[in-house]
Amino acid sequence: MSNRISRSHFLTAAIALLALASTLGSPVALAQGQKVLKFIPQADLRILDPITTTAYITRNHGYMIYDTLFATDAKFQVQPQMVDKYDVSKDGVTYTFTLRDGLKFHDGQPVRSADCIASVERWAKRDALGQKLAEATESWKAVNDKTFTLKLKRPFPLTLEALAKPSSNVPFIMPERIAKTDASTNITEAIGSGPFKFVKEEWVPGSKVVYVKNTDYVPRKESSSWAAGGKVVKVDRVEWIYIPDAATAAAALNAGEVDWWEQLPPDLIPVLQKNKDIKVENIDPLGSMGMIRFNFLYPPFNNPKMREALLYAVDQNDYVLGIAGDPKNGRTCYSYFTCGTPLSSEVGAEPMKGKRDLEKAKQLIKESGYKGEKVVIIDATDQPIVHSQSLLTADVLKKLGVNVEVQAGDWGTLITRRTSKEPLDRGGWSIFHTWLVGPDLTTPAVNFAVRGTGQKGWFGWPEDVKTEELREKWFEATDAASSKKAAEAVQARAFEFVPYVPTAQFILPTAYRTNLSGVIIAPITLMWNVEKR
Amino acid sequence: MTARIVRRLFATVAVMAVVAFVVFSLLYLTPGDPAAVIAGDIATDEDIRRIHERLGLDEPFLVRFGGWLWALLHGDLGTSIFTNLPVTQLIAQRVEPTVSLTLSTLVVAILIAVPLGVLAAAKAGTWLDRTVMSFSVLGFSVPVFVIAYALILSFAVELDWLPVQGYSNLHDGLWEWLRHLILPSIALGTVYVALIARMTRASMLDVLAQDYIRTASAKGLAPNQVLIRHALKNAAIPVITIIGMGVALLISGAIVTETVFALPGIGRLTVDAILRRDYPIIQGVILIFSAVYVLVNLAVDLSYVFFDPRIRY
Repeated sequence: MSNRISRSHFLTAAIALLALASTLGSPVALAQGQKVLKFIPQADLRILDPITTTAYITRNHGYMIYDTLFATDAKFQVQPQMVDKYDVSKDGVTYTFTLRDGLKFHDGQPVRSADCIASVERWAKRDALGQKLAEATESWKAVNDKTFTLKLKRPFPLTLEALAKPSSNVPFIMPERIAKTDASTNITEAIGSGPFKFVKEEWVPGSKVVYVKNTDYVPRKESSSWAAGGKVVKVDRVEWIYIPDAATAAAALNAGEVDWWEQLPPDLIPVLQKNKDIKVENIDPLGSMGMIRFNFLYPPFNNPKMREALLYAVDQNDYVLGIAGDPKNGRTCYSYFTCGTPLSSEVGAEPMKGKRDLEKAKQLIKESGYKGEKVVIIDATDQPIVHSQSLLTADVLKKLGVNVEVQAGDWGTLITRRTSKEPLDRGGWSIFHTWLVGPDLTTPAVNFAVRGTGQKGWFGWPEDVKTEELREKWFEATDAASSKKAAEAVQARAFEFVPYVPTAQFILPTAYRTNLSGVIIAPITLMWNVEKR
Repeated sequence: MTARIVRRLFATVAVMAVVAFVVFSLLYLTPGDPAAVIAGDIATDEDIRRIHERLGLDEPFLVRFGGWLWALLHGDLGTSIFTNLPVTQLIAQRVEPTVSLTLSTLVVAILIAVPLGVLAAAKAGTWLDRTVMSFSVLGFSVPVFVIAYALILSFAVELDWLPVQGYSNLHDGLWEWLRHLILPSIALGTVYVALIARMTRASMLDVLAQDYIRTASAKGLAPNQVLIRHALKNAAIPVITIIGMGVALLISGAIVTETVFALPGIGRLTVDAILRRDYPIIQGVILIFSAVYVLVNLAVDLSYVFFDPRIRY
C-alpha cells in the first residue's frame, strides 16, 4: 500500500473539515412571533453571583432574574416587593415579614422564609450596609414558610433601607441551597424568582446572554417605579448582545439589528441623534460621579494641605466636558452625596465652587512642604472616563508646579496596581481616578470612599477617626431632619479631610429604537415594562 | 511518510510543552490580578485577599504550574476564573465562528489573489501589473479595522445588504451563515490577498523565465494553458508556503476582525481573557493556537507532494 498522499486524500480532508464545521454549535429555534428584545449592555456579563462582586453588569443581571424583599422607588421611599405585609414592634427591634402569595423560583420550588433568611445572611457578609445590619441583628427566624422575623439587639433605623438597597450589593433572594454557598465563592446556578429566567445553555461569555420571560412570575399591582412596583414583562425573550466596539454598536443600532444600547460614548451621541428611528435619552436620574482618589500612605498626598490644594484648583466644568463631552450630559456637583438625592448639600464645598484660585492652591502646596516629589497617576486608557480624568488632573497638577507623571495601562492593570501599598519606586501610585453610580453615593452608609477606616478600607487607605465617629452618629439618626444634619456633618469633615475630590456628575445617555416604549427611568437599567412593537 | 508525520506530531507536542511553560511564566510575571478584577471597583484589600486565596493565586509558581500541567495531561484545560465554565467548553463555543472566518478568508483570498498574481505576472510591466501591485501595497498599508468600518458603513448601514455584526451558526442556514461572513472575510482577507498576490506574481515571473515555458509556448500551446498548467503549478510551492506562514497573520487579524464585527470567536475570547487576566483561558487558547500553527505547517509540507511529484516523504 502506497504511503503517498494523493489528491483524493486532500479532497476527503476538505470535506471532513466542512462536515465538522457544520456539526459544531447548537442552533436555537425561536417560536414564530416571539418578541425578542435585543440589547447592548455596557459591559460583558462574566460573573453570575451578585453577592461576590459589585460589578454593575452582574447587579443588572441580578435584577433580571432575582427579586428583592423590598425596593426603593423614585421618591427614595422603601416599598415592599416580595413582602406582602410587614410589622415593626413598638420598641423597633422586631420586624415580622410575610411573603406574597404565588412566589416561585425558576426551578418550580416555592419561595420560603428559609430562602429569604439564607439570602439576606449571605448578602450581609459582603455588603457594607448589610454588615451594619448584621452587627445590629440578634437573629433571623422562620415562623412558617411565608412568615419570618428579624430580631435586633438594638433599633437600627436603616433596616428597611438596607433590605431595599438599590445598587451593589443588592440583597437578592435565591433558593436556600444556593444561598448557603460561602459568601466569597461564586455561585454557579442562576436561579431566582424574578421576572426573567436565565438561559444558561445559550450563554456565551463575551458575546451573548439570553433571558426568557418567567411566565410564573406574579407582578405587584402597583405601577413600576425604579425597582419597586409591578414588574410586568412585555417581551418573550431578551438577548444581551455584547459588542465591544462602540462604532459597531452604533452601526448595529442604526441598522436596526439591535433595539437598545445601554450607554453611549459621548462622541457617538450626535451620530445616533440624526436617525429619526432612534431615541437618545437620559434615563438615569442620578447619573454617576467621577473622583480623584489619593494614596494616603506616602507623600505628598498624606498631607491634608496637598489634598486641599486640589479643591481650589479642580474645575468640575472641565471634567464634565472631558467625561460627558457635552454640558447637557453632566453638571457640577459639589457634594459627597449624589446631587439630586435627599442628603446632598453644598455644606463645606466653598473651596470647590466659583472661580478657581490657583494662587491659593499653590500657597497650600507650599505650606504642605512639597519638595518636588514625583506624583504618579495610574491611568487606564481603555476606560474613557478614567483616562479623561487622568489627563485633566495631570494638567491641573502641572499648572500647580507638581512633578506629575501619568503612567498609562489598561483597567485590569490599574485595579491591580491600586492595591499596592508600596512606595512609588516599587510600583506604588499617588492618584487614581474612577467613578461610581449615583445610588452608591447617596448616604454615609453606602459611600465607602468617604470613609476613614485606614488600612482596612478602600484603596488609598485614608484614616480619619473623626469621619468614622460622624458616620456612626448618622446611623443613629431617627428622622429625615436629623439624618440630613448628621450627613452634613460627615460632608463638612470630608471637605476638611478630603478623602477624594469629586470631579463631576455625568450621565451616559441611552439610545433605543422608537419601536420600544415603556423604558423605566431609573438609576439602574431595568427591562420589565419595556414593550416592543 | 507515516514515520515523518508521526515524528512531526511528536515535535508538535514538544513545541506545545515549551509554549506552555513560556506562556505560564509570562502570565506569572505580567502585572494584573484576576482577584482584583473579580472583586470589582468597590472592594477592599480583605475582599481581594479572600478571592486570591480561594483561587489559589497565592501559591508558588511551581505548585501552580505543576497543578495546571497535571490537569492538562488529563485533558483538562481548567476552569475560567470568572465564569466558572470549563475552558474547553468556552473554546468549543468559539471554534465554529473562528474556523468559519479563517476558512472563508482563505477561500476569498486565494480566489482573488492567485488570479491577480498570475495576471500581473503575465502582463508584467503593463498598467494591469501596476494596478495589481498598487492594490497590493494598499492592502498591506490599510489596517484591518479601517477596511472593516468602511465595509460596515457602505454595505451594512447605507445599502443594508449585509448584517453589521454577529454570527449565525451553519446549522441555522447556509445563507445566513454566509451573509454574516462576507464582510469580515473581505476585511480580514485584504491583507492576505495583497500578500498572496505579490508572492504569486514573483513566483510566476521566476517560472515564466524558465526554458521549459519557452519550449511549451514554442510548441504552440495556448497562453492560458502555459500559464495555468505549466507555470502556475510550478510556481505554487512558494505560494503554498506563504499561505501556511500567513496563518499566524490570519490569527492575529482575526482578533481585530472578530472585535469589530462582534463575532464570538476565539480571538475575542483571547483578548477578553487577557484584559481580565483570566489565566486558564489565555493558557488554553495559546496552547491551541500553537498546535494549530504547527499542524498547518505540517499540512503545508505534506501538500508539496501534490504540486511537485519529485518531492517524496
